[in-house]
Amino acid sequence: MTNASLGTLKVEIWRGAEEGDFETFEVPSQPSQTVLDLVTYVQRKLDPSLAYRFACRVGVCGSCAMTVNGTPRWTCRTHVQKVASSGRVRIEPLRNLPILKDLATDMAPFFDKGQEALGRFVPSDARASEVATIPPDDPKRKEANAAIECIGCGVCYSACDVVSWQPDYLGPAALNRAWTLVNDVRDGDRQGHLKAVAEDAGCHACHGHQNCVEHCPVGLNPTRSIAGLKRLVVMAALKGEL
Amino acid sequence: MRNHASYRAFLVHRLSGLGLALFLPIHLIVLGLAVEASALDGFLRWSELPLVKAAETILVVLLALHMFGGLRLLAIELLPWSDRQKNWIGWAAAASLAVGAGFVIRTFA
Ligand code: SF4
Ligand code: SF4
Ligand code: FES
Repeated sequence: MTNASLGTLKVEIWRGAEEGDFETFEVPSQPSQTVLDLVTYVQRKLDPSLAYRFACRVGVCGSCAMTVNGTPRWTCRTHVQKVASSGRVRIEPLRNLPILKDLATDMAPFFDKGQEALGRFVPSDARASEVATIPPDDPKRKEANAAIECIGCGVCYSACDVVSWQPDYLGPAALNRAWTLVNDVRDGDRQGHLKAVAEDAGCHACHGHQNCVEHCPVGLNPTRSIAGLKRLVVMAALKGEL
Repeated sequence: MRNHASYRAFLVHRLSGLGLALFLPIHLIVLGLAVEASALDGFLRWSELPLVKAAETILVVLLALHMFGGLRLLAIELLPWSDRQKNWIGWAAAASLAVGAGFVIRTFA
């Protein structure tokens, strides 16, 4: 199917900001074409005013996330063949984020929630002191390791229905990050992390329906991390620590 | 995007909860009225009606779905994570069906 001689694809791309419409472009099929290739073709050959984001093109940076035929994905890692059985591809910006222009969203609310969840390391020790030794088979280290590889692409955030229903919900990525920190024995503010995620818009708002797990391109499991946070928050509340 | 087992489990749980919230009060009111109107004998005859039995069966299945779904959620949130949790959806559904089937056998047999 993916041969130039085999014709063109109909590519519908969102144009505008919150208000806007789809514009259809015809793009020649190529072997091993990715969805990002389609967008790039449109921007280079058909309409240079098309706005979109990408950097690495090889599934490392996470900046090319868009909604492809209704599903949030890294466009550089999505082969057209896999998603365009009907010869049509509909490309929209990520859901649950304000649209700046065309396919580019404003990621600020997503990153702000990372901070609200206190998703940053709080040092417990002076810079000059020795590096802490944590054995690789330490259970807490294992928990943190399983969740650490998040690159902040926003795919899970865009897939999460609770974010749509309750816009101040911190979301899977921010909570997943907080989970790595409460499991980091070097961190100096475990209670602060737990407090930050114990709010109404925090871990207890998660319904566990695992859209985040299904879509994370790195294969992380934010639901598991959030379930862990729920347990720790309940235990801390029972002990009167929150 | 929502085409996977965990999301369907969430939907079933939400919808069975809604169903219970809507139909339990009706069920109780009708029961109350029936008992009042006909004293016990008449009521027992009434509860033999196939339609009433069918409605009761649906109610029992909704209740079972909601309960086993709830147990599954409690297990996910209170026990350490298990990668087998996807299977629990199947177990919860099977247990609910078994309860429904048991009810059908008891009432219609
Ligand atoms: S499991 Fe929780 S965080 Fe993940 S998509 Fe569902 S509600 Fe959102
Ligand atoms: S958890 Fe996965 S999907 Fe979510 S931001 Fe991190 S890498 Fe992206
Ligand atoms: S462009 Fe970097 S992950 Fe797609």
